[in-house]
This record gives sequence, C-alpha cells and structure tokens, in this order.
Amino acid sequence: MLTESTIEKLRILAESAKYDVSCSSSGTVRSGKKGMVGNTVGGVGICHSFADDGRCISLLKVMLTNYCMYDCAYCINRRSNDIKRATLSVSELEEIVMEFYRRNYIEGLFLSSGVVRNPDYTMERLVRIAQDLRTIHRFNGYIHLKSIPGASRELIKRAGLYADRMSVNIEIPKEESLKLLAPEKDHKSVFEPMGFIREGVLENKEDKKHLKHVPRFVPAGQSTQMIVGATPETDKDILLLSSALYNQPTMRRVYYSGYISVNTYDSRLPVLKQPPLVRENRLYQADWLLRFYHFNVNEIVDEIHTNLDLDVDPKLAWALRHPEQFPVDINKDDYERILRVPGIGVKSALQIVNSRRFNRITSYHLKKMGVVMKKAKYFITCGELTNMFSGPTIGINEIHPERLRPLLLSDKQKKEINDRKQLSFDFDA
Amino acid sequence: MTGSSYLLILMHKPMLVYTFDNTLDGLLSAVFDSFYYHEMPNDLLTAGDAIPLFCDRIHEIHTDENKSKRVWKGLENKLSYIGLSIITISFLSEERDKNYALFSYICKAFKNPNKISIEKNFSDPDVLLCTQTYRRVCYEAKRMKQFLRFQQAKDGTYLGVIHPDHNVLPLIIDHFKDRFNDQSFLIFDAKRKYGYYYDKEEASRITFSEGETLSFDNETGKMNSDILSDNDKLFQDLWKTYFKAICIKERLNPKKQAGDMPRRYWKYMTEKQN
Ligand code: SF4
Repeated sequence: MLTESTIEKLRILAESAKYDVSCSSSGTVRSGKKGMVGNTVGGVGICHSFADDGRCISLLKVMLTNYCMYDCAYCINRRSNDIKRATLSVSELEEIVMEFYRRNYIEGLFLSSGVVRNPDYTMERLVRIAQDLRTIHRFNGYIHLKSIPGASRELIKRAGLYADRMSVNIEIPKEESLKLLAPEKDHKSVFEPMGFIREGVLENKEDKKHLKHVPRFVPAGQSTQMIVGATPETDKDILLLSSALYNQPTMRRVYYSGYISVNTYDSRLPVLKQPPLVRENRLYQADWLLRFYHFNVNEIVDEIHTNLDLDVDPKLAWALRHPEQFPVDINKDDYERILRVPGIGVKSALQIVNSRRFNRITSYHLKKMGVVMKKAKYFITCGELTNMFSGPTIGINEIHPERLRPLLLSDKQKKEINDRKQLSFDFDA
Repeated sequence: MTGSSYLLILMHKPMLVYTFDNTLDGLLSAVFDSFYYHEMPNDLLTAGDAIPLFCDRIHEIHTDENKSKRVWKGLENKLSYIGLSIITISFLSEERDKNYALFSYICKAFKNPNKISIEKNFSDPDVLLCTQTYRRVCYEAKRMKQFLRFQQAKDGTYLGVIHPDHNVLPLIIDHFKDRFNDQSFLIFDAKRKYGYYYDKEEASRITFSEGETLSFDNETGKMNSDILSDNDKLFQDLWKTYFKAICIKERLNPKKQAGDMPRRYWKYMTEKQN
C-alpha cells in the first residue's frame, strides 16, 4: 500500500534519474493479449507528456535507489555528494508502474539504480522487478532496463528475457577520460555488458530459425549515452564512436547529453554556465545524418573539421564544403542526391521522386511539399530557365560558399552567434 | 453594355454546384452522379450552405448506399490501402472547405490513365491537400493516444475525456481496447459530446441526452469527487510530483514543450491541472 512517503521517495528518485536522456519507447510492436495489460506500438513509441524542459516523458524514468558506492565525478548520485537518498521497495515501484500505466500516464518503465554492495547484487534486484512485472502483474507494456556496469553475463541474459530494451551508458567516449572521472569504471565494464546483450540477441535470432517457441530477448535492442562537454573529447571522437556502435547489430540509439555542472566543487570538471545545448543539438543532427541520410561519418567530421560547426547544421555545413556536388537536378538525379540538398528532408525527397513520374516538378511544387526553399534554392535546378520572380537562378557555384553562408543565417541565428561570442568573451575575461 | 462585362458573359461557363449531407456516403454518391451525368461540378457544398452568387444550377445529392458502395468498390482497384485511408481519414477532419478537394481527388483517381496510383502524385494540388489533411488528422489521433488521461471511478471503470480538433475518436478506440483489454473504460469527446464505452468485451458508442447530469465536468474532464476511487487522488499527486521532478531546470524550454504538447490540450491533462 502506498502512502504519502512514497511521493517524497518518487520525487527524490526521479530527480536522481533525470539526467539519463533516453525515455524512448521505440523499437518493438507487440499487440495486447487476453489476461495481460498493455501493448507496445513500435515506430517511435508514444510520448505521454512533455516536461517543462521540453523533454519527452514516455516511460517512468526512475532509480530503484540513489545510494551508490561509486564516485563518478559527473554524477549527482556519487557517494561523496550530500543529497537526500531513498530506496523504493519492490512492491511500491511495481504498484506505481501498474497504476500509472492503467491511467495512460506512461508507456512503461525505465529502471536504473545506484550500485549497492556490488554490480551483480544491484542488477539482480532490477531483474527481479522486470520479472515480477511480466509474470505476476502480467505487464505487457514497455520495459527498459539499464544494465549496471560490470554486471555478469548470466544476469544480463536473464534481464533480456523481460526487458524490451537495455542500455549501458558509455558516458565518456575516451577511456583515459573515463578513468580520470570514474575511477571505479573502465571501458571493459561498459563494453562487456554491451557485448552480452548483443550476444543474447543474436543467439535468440539463431534459435528462432530452428525452434518454435523461443522467448523474446531485448526485442528493441540497446541504446547508450555520452556526456558532451565534461571532458576534452572532440565531436570527431564522439561521432566516430557512435558510428562504430551503429555498425554493430542491436545498437539502436546513441544519446548525447550536454553536461550540466552538477558537482561544481570538483576541479576535474569544467564549470559551465549553461549546458552546451547547441553542440548537443548539432550532434543529434549529425547522428540523424548517419542513420537516415546515408552519410558516412568521415563526411561529417575529419582531420580539419574535428568539431561540428555551431552556426549551421551539419548537412548545410557539408554542402557548403562541397559546391562541386551541386546543383542537384530535382527531376533527374537519384534519391540519394536529392536527400543531400539542404532544406529537403526524407519526407519531401520521397514525395519528389514519387511525383516526378507524373510530371515535371517545379519550384512551386517544391514549396507546396514543404521544402525550405530559402535554403534549397541555392543547391538545385528544376529545369526552369529563370526563376519567375528573382531573375536567373543563382546557385552555390555562382555565389561561392563563403558568400552564401551568411545569406543562410536567420537574424535570430546571427544574434545567437553574437551572444555566443559574447559568452566566450566573458569566459576569457 | 460596357466592353468588360460583355467579355464576362462571353467567358462565362455555366456554374454547377452539388450539395450533399456532409456524410462520406453522400460524398461518394456525389462522385457517382458526377460520372453518371458526365459533368464536373464547380463546387461541393453542404446542404444549407450559402449558394454562390453566380450559380446557374444546383444538384442536390441524395445519399444512396448502393451508389457509394459501387464507387468504393471501384476505388479499391485504383488506390492502395493508404490511398483509401486518405479518403476516410481526411474526411474526419470535419473541415468542410476540404470536401471539394476530396471529391476531386476521388474523381482524379478514376480518370487517372497512369498505371501508378494518383495518390503518389504530390504535384497535384488536390492529392497534396488531401494527403496533408490526412496527415494532420492522423497526427491528432496520435496526440490523443499520448495525452488522454484516465481517472478511476469507485466501481473500477476508467474515464478519459478529450477535446480534439478533428473527429479522431473512431481512430483511437482500437488502440485503447487492445492496450487495456481487461479494464472497462469510457472515452468521451467533450467537443462532439459522444463517447465509446468499453465493457472488457466490446466498445459501443454512447451519447448523453441534453440535461442529463454527467459524472464529470465537461470543461476539465474531472470526475465528480463522490464517484472517484479512493486512491486515484494519490496517483494523480504522484504523477504530478513525478512530472515536476523529471524536469531539468537548467534546460527549461517552454517553447518546445508547447510545440510538442499544444496548450489547448492541457486542461484535460492531469499533470497540468491544479
Ligand atoms: S555508478 Fe552510476 S549512479 Fe553511481 S556514481 Fe557512477 S554514474 Fe552515478
């Protein structure tokens, strides 16, 4: 039975869990079953609410306990912090999940925990809850379990039977930085459990080929997260790692979390006035290019461009570096090339290649389809000799990239760039 | 007669207007008549709408299920599943000014000589408009799956009240039946004043007659406190607490919040109620 004290515990444990970015309920379709509660819808999942910070609330994201024996410098829950600590009982947590779910507040549970006693002891408790939810409460909704770094193969394989998704957070891309900030962790403690999950999924796939009734195993794959701006890693370091991760089967999402100075007293960490939100956003855009726009990571970052351009999005940045790739002929060039035009997204690219089988596509059509012509017009031709209103078409090669660039910034962006300069100036002073 | 009005008369083609009863069967019957009489109306209006000034002839459509069925059968050979859904779903937008575009879309589907279905030609203004309307309706249906909140009554029944711009309730009811197959619930559209009651077996459409006292406040969706289950308040408080606690205050972004969760839906959402 829940009481008023549960409210306080939930508050503490949600605040401790909130720095984990992932909240997604994506990646698996499972319809309802008689005698069970819930289904999962696949696609991008369902966000049930949006918090005041604009982030999606899909799952009940909570820690079982925020007591932790480790002392990771970037984490609010590190043992040397003097914060309120709490632990939810197994039955309390299970009741909250079920009652929230039945009221359509959530898609399911995203459970993590501070490390108590040892990794396996902690992991075991997380697995217990997932198992109870499935077998006792007949819960058929979404479960995301965070694997405790250093947890054993055996426990991860058990967890995988009940979870839809699992995650192990890398947090810091380079091992030397990680060891500096989280002395109890190393890359092995992260990549090994990732490997166990992958193994489990692949074995499960194999089994399905030969056997009839195979229990499901982490059907929505795994995800991970990297903190941005707490350590000197460049965007190149980060994106190379992301790209390598995406090349492994089962890795579905890499999240980026702009570092928030939670432990300002620790001199190993930078003191940031604000989390690096623009940089974080650019990393997500680059990640998007890797996953949906068929970009290779080397096209986005390289020896010279080790960090993403903060002023323009990575797709536009690439286009400005590659005038020789343009103009793209909307009526002739293939889908892949159309997808690379700044201002054209996946949806409009598909509409273009579909519609041009009926008739020639003009800039009028493009506008109607939702193409951002303000950007796209410098990179395309539609076979129109002149643009009705603005005279002969002038593209990136006539204007030259360096003069085109300022034309593509909105006044708001220009102001932001100025503010940023101002801000970095403050830092220097 | 002045030169310009003379010209007007020369150019004037007789204007034909169809009127129908604003049902999908009526719209399909209109398509039937249009092909039967080999004529293309200049507009499709709902019976009772103001008739344009220069209208020469009005044809009032009699909704006929035989006609609409024949048209639909024909369409099944011309459009894919999505192409057909564009018709049924964009109609739920209840935006009357879209009716003519939908009518033209259907006519074009029949006249299309191309092997490729017309629904893929987004350079056609009617196809594009209907597709965009369809997307908007689907999007709102998704939003209702996101934002609907249930409260539990003492007898165990759950109540969720919504107020969507479009008539999306028929599109979401299956989702909730599938998800909550072991709980009885009522989902009520406060704007259109009808709902579906699910009794763990089937969902049936219900309406309340004028003057009947409702067990909830139509303006906020809140269940009357005398029938609210004893612990529902506790779970509402837990949820509100969670909603506040999960926000990172260094990242406040009310603009994104309102973009993803428009304010007009807030009054029915537990976490946004006082
Ligand atoms: S192990 Fe996890 S909870 Fe504990 S201090 Fe490190 S990051 Fe925080």
